[in-house]
Amino acid sequence: MTVAADIPEQESWFHRNQQRIAPWLFLAPGLLFFMVYVIIPVFQSFNLSLYEWDGLGAAEYVGFRNYEDLYWEWVDRDAFFISLKNNLIWLILYLLAIPAGLFIALFLNQTVWGIRLYKSLFFFPFVISQVVVGLVFTWFYDPTFGLLNEFLGFLGLGPLNVLGDERFVTYGIIFAGLWPQTAYCMILYLTGLNAVDPEQIEAGRLDGAKGWRMLWHIILPQLRPATFIAFVVTIIGALRSFDLISIMTQGGPFGSSRVLAYYMFEVALSEYGFRMGYGAAIAVILFLIMLCFIAYFLWSMYREEKGH
Amino acid sequence: MYSTFKRTTAALALGVAMAAPAAAELTGELRIFLDTSNPAPRATMEAMIERFAEQHPGLEIETTVIDREAYKTQIRNFLTADTPDVATWYAANRMKPYVEAGLFEDVSDLWAEPEIAENLASTKGAMTIDGKQWGVPYTYYQWGVYYRKDIFDELGLSEPTTWEEELSNCQKIVDSGRACYTIGTKFLWTAGGWFDYLNMRTNGFDFHNQLANGEISWEDDRVKQTFANWKQLIDMGAFIDNHQTYSWQEALPFMVNGEAAAYLMGNFAVAPLRDAGLTDDQLDFYQFVSINPDVELAEDAPTDTFHIPANASNKEAAREFLRFVVSADEQTEINNGANLGQLPVNAQSSVDDDKFLQQGFQMLSSNSPGGVAQFWDRDAPAEMAKVSMEGFQEFMVKPDNADRILAKLERARQRIYDN
Repeated sequence: MTVAADIPEQESWFHRNQQRIAPWLFLAPGLLFFMVYVIIPVFQSFNLSLYEWDGLGAAEYVGFRNYEDLYWEWVDRDAFFISLKNNLIWLILYLLAIPAGLFIALFLNQTVWGIRLYKSLFFFPFVISQVVVGLVFTWFYDPTFGLLNEFLGFLGLGPLNVLGDERFVTYGIIFAGLWPQTAYCMILYLTGLNAVDPEQIEAGRLDGAKGWRMLWHIILPQLRPATFIAFVVTIIGALRSFDLISIMTQGGPFGSSRVLAYYMFEVALSEYGFRMGYGAAIAVILFLIMLCFIAYFLWSMYREEKGH
Repeated sequence: MYSTFKRTTAALALGVAMAAPAAAELTGELRIFLDTSNPAPRATMEAMIERFAEQHPGLEIETTVIDREAYKTQIRNFLTADTPDVATWYAANRMKPYVEAGLFEDVSDLWAEPEIAENLASTKGAMTIDGKQWGVPYTYYQWGVYYRKDIFDELGLSEPTTWEEELSNCQKIVDSGRACYTIGTKFLWTAGGWFDYLNMRTNGFDFHNQLANGEISWEDDRVKQTFANWKQLIDMGAFIDNHQTYSWQEALPFMVNGEAAAYLMGNFAVAPLRDAGLTDDQLDFYQFVSINPDVELAEDAPTDTFHIPANASNKEAAREFLRFVVSADEQTEINNGANLGQLPVNAQSSVDDDKFLQQGFQMLSSNSPGGVAQFWDRDAPAEMAKVSMEGFQEFMVKPDNADRILAKLERARQRIYDN
């Protein structure tokens, strides 16, 4: 009995606080890298956006001039306006990957001979590189030799230069992007469908639910976690839509398919770029847009945790 | 993308018998960075460096070849840290950011030597910023109209020299169901070539330069005239459709297949056209026609260059290397048809027998009194080049937007040049 009272005096500080310190120790490497590669660069970017710098000489402090220029580009319906508008189109249309993925998942969620092969084939576009996807669709859209115009000609419709027309180009690229993204959502839903409780379906059947009502009231509520993840990855995918644009159009024709991420790259790092401050200002705007979504995701995850 | 070959002095001991009597023995290490990553230029450069090494057995030369596109961004890093002694780049405004940042060595002393001063006078202007020279050229090539002679013969056309002849030729080509010109503007710069020529022919070399330097408004009537001339060609269907979707290489088949009769391009287009099966009987060249008879003809002739970074460690050897590169014999050798297939910069060198090189050389040395421009994206500051070439592309697709495009370029000019 008396021994127990003695021990705390002999114990080192580390021993006494082990329980509280251990999680921080395990978190430390992750936190360190997150600080160095994510949090600190966020502030650095903001700082850099107040300067005019070509990456070589001395940086010149210009206050909010870069943001002012962006504002005027917005007013003039110039590059920044077009990029932001395209970002919005991407965000909205890219979400089509979720219902499309769900549809294919429901379709494939059956047991017939060779279903694994079909599942793999549907998943295939997600496995191949975005660069390849971009190239394949570029050839598909090619106005002179492409398959698309062969089809259209078959239907008696005029030739269409999807990637050369500023009205269609963004939609054409989004369509190419939906191909792998749908596959991604499909795989998320397929795993989700495995976890659907058969007893609830049975109960629903007994109550006379089938078709749409079964899907809407019984299946979909159980797929909520999968839908949430699909939503998150699709939003992030839409905001990152850089590789396809770079491969398929380089932001053209005359800059009409740019999104903010591509515009930022073009301004800061491409052959004719090196306006680091301006690029950083675009990055800050892009970050603020993403922040809305990040805040929403965090909030809904927090709510979820609290609910349990 | 990198390849490095290191050459030790011992291996050369046998080859020095022919070495020129070097004034002072060069020692130490010489590091050379090249952007000549295509197979033929790369072999040419490596062979040239080998010859240099034979003359200077005391030097340990290390060559690094970097992919041409990657080089354009990497140069910013290696000029400031881990700097080579010699690096390739481009002339005129393209070198300005590095000159202003103090990253290129002033080599005016080389240009003061009679050997270089007398024989390289024609390219001195392109290497000069603030009255000093910042490097030496090693090759250049002409731009002009490469055309299908067999199609011209079939339609009974001859090489035009005036704008009227050009338009009437083009009308006949269009009437025969072809486009006059193939072009691929996906990467924008090809449209810059058209603007160079139309503006230099309409308003002259000096005006063109002032425009590139931001001294003239884009909404000036003279600029509008250039675009009006351009619009004449566009409206008559002179250019292939959908050019905004193609790179310059992807535009080649239209000419090879006879769907387009000509191509305004640099001399580098000849090799792929020949590879595609066009013979020298089918392919010919003419100088871009004169438009305004009051202005002197001026040409585009982009020049590739060698520089010594300011942070180089063996500048003495680097200077010797530059002298070697521009010497008459080396110039003849590296620019001949078996190597770069371009024009030598040294007046004492001889030009290859290739008919296009001969014509180009003739044109540049005797029929370009107005001056020689580098190219739009090398003469204008990078930012202006980007915005304007995007405008040119839009104009070529939607010529009716000219006023809106020029207003946009004018706004860009006011922003870009005032700081």
